[in-house]
Amino acid sequence: MTFTEIIMQLMPGIGRSILIFFFTLVFSIPLGLLVSFGRMSKCRILRMGMKGYISIMRGTPLMLQLLVVYFGPYFIFGITITDSYRVYAVLIAFSINYAAYFAEIYRGGIESIEEGQYEAAKLLGYSKGQTFFKIIFPQVIKRILPSMTNEVITLVKDTSLSFAIAYGEMFTMTKAMAASQRNMLPFVAAGIFYYIFNLIVAVAMEKTEKKLSYYR
Amino acid sequence: MNLLEMKHIQKEFNGQQVLKDLSFSVKEGEVLSIIGPSGSGKSTLLRCACMLEKIDGGEILYLGEQVSFRENGRDRGKGKKNKKEWSSMFGLVFQNFNLFPHYTVLKNIVDAPISVQKREKDEVYQEAKELLVQMGLSEKEHAYPYQLSGGQKQRVAIARALAMKPKILFFDEPTSALDPELTAEVLKVIQTLAEKNITMVIVTHEMEFAKKISDRIIFMEKGLIEVEGTPQQVFTAEHLRMKKFLKGYAK
Repeated sequence: MTFTEIIMQLMPGIGRSILIFFFTLVFSIPLGLLVSFGRMSKCRILRMGMKGYISIMRGTPLMLQLLVVYFGPYFIFGITITDSYRVYAVLIAFSINYAAYFAEIYRGGIESIEEGQYEAAKLLGYSKGQTFFKIIFPQVIKRILPSMTNEVITLVKDTSLSFAIAYGEMFTMTKAMAASQRNMLPFVAAGIFYYIFNLIVAVAMEKTEKKLSYYR
Repeated sequence: MNLLEMKHIQKEFNGQQVLKDLSFSVKEGEVLSIIGPSGSGKSTLLRCACMLEKIDGGEILYLGEQVSFRENGRDRGKGKKNKKEWSSMFGLVFQNFNLFPHYTVLKNIVDAPISVQKREKDEVYQEAKELLVQMGLSEKEHAYPYQLSGGQKQRVAIARALAMKPKILFFDEPTSALDPELTAEVLKVIQTLAEKNITMVIVTHEMEFAKKISDRIIFMEKGLIEVEGTPQQVFTAEHLRMKKFLKGYAK
């Protein structure tokens, strides 16, 4: 089996890896913001609840969370697990896990904005929503971008954890292929894929940072 | 009528009385300076007037309308006006400017009048540009705050406050973060505003400046108004603590 053939055969897996990556970001980025609001809420119950949520999500392995989300419905409620549920289980587990990490990054960013920005906005009559979305959040994005890049790069590699529930993304297919072909080449192909993927991510994030460097 | 009236204002932080039953008023067109040693409560008083701090006792009236008062230890609200209306009642110029760093100079000035007061865009831009000319900053309209000197930032901040057409403008130590040269350029701008009869309350450590532009001066010490009067009255008053304070500046 030539290298090109391996790549061609891995194509559907590559597509699924990109799908996990993309949709996890789509769901977890806004969800993380909501969690960070809860984490900073004046309401003690909400604050404590979100603190506990973040603590659990960060304190247990993502692979374990993935298994719980996938098998949970069967073990807890006796619902038969269908094949099509696999992709949803992956997206749910990844999204709620990454939301916890993003929430803490948001919190760090939001709390780093000077009190004077809020006071100036208040004096000018901005509503709470306007203050956050027009004045505070744009500055937060600029500040958290480097930490976000870290998480996003980790996510690219974490997509491989989906093999734990045999969802046929890139890594699951690579493993199967290497075993059946008795060949190292699929692993090499996988390594190259993750590396290039992350290179693209890093370059894109760097470009975004540059774009936001018009102010300090 | 008094534009601003503050009656029996009390404020405490963690059980420590910062303002102790303090009253004064400001008439339309008047320039009032508040002087006094650090920690005397000058800035706190301004922040209470701007409703950045809640008062623990007393009442605040703008144009005779009660905006904030305390009764039996409870906050009795803000009167009938909503936020939007209050935003055109008073403006505040901060010690450290607090410009929005991600907006250009022009956007800093026009954004609130457009998105808060919902005024006509063209008209607001026109006025903002006139304000910048007045501040001597017309060539800086597309600059970002980080590209400006401290004095320029403060002049933008003044323009931003003026664009809201406030009835009264507060200055909280507007030149304390600036070197003498930059201080002079900001004071010059404030003076032109005084000449235009804009009602202002200025907390400052610039004694000569206060003497020159104020209609009235208040000397505060430990949360109380110790001396109040025209610049002449105040600077010649026989008040030991204030004399000592002014002497420190004369050197």
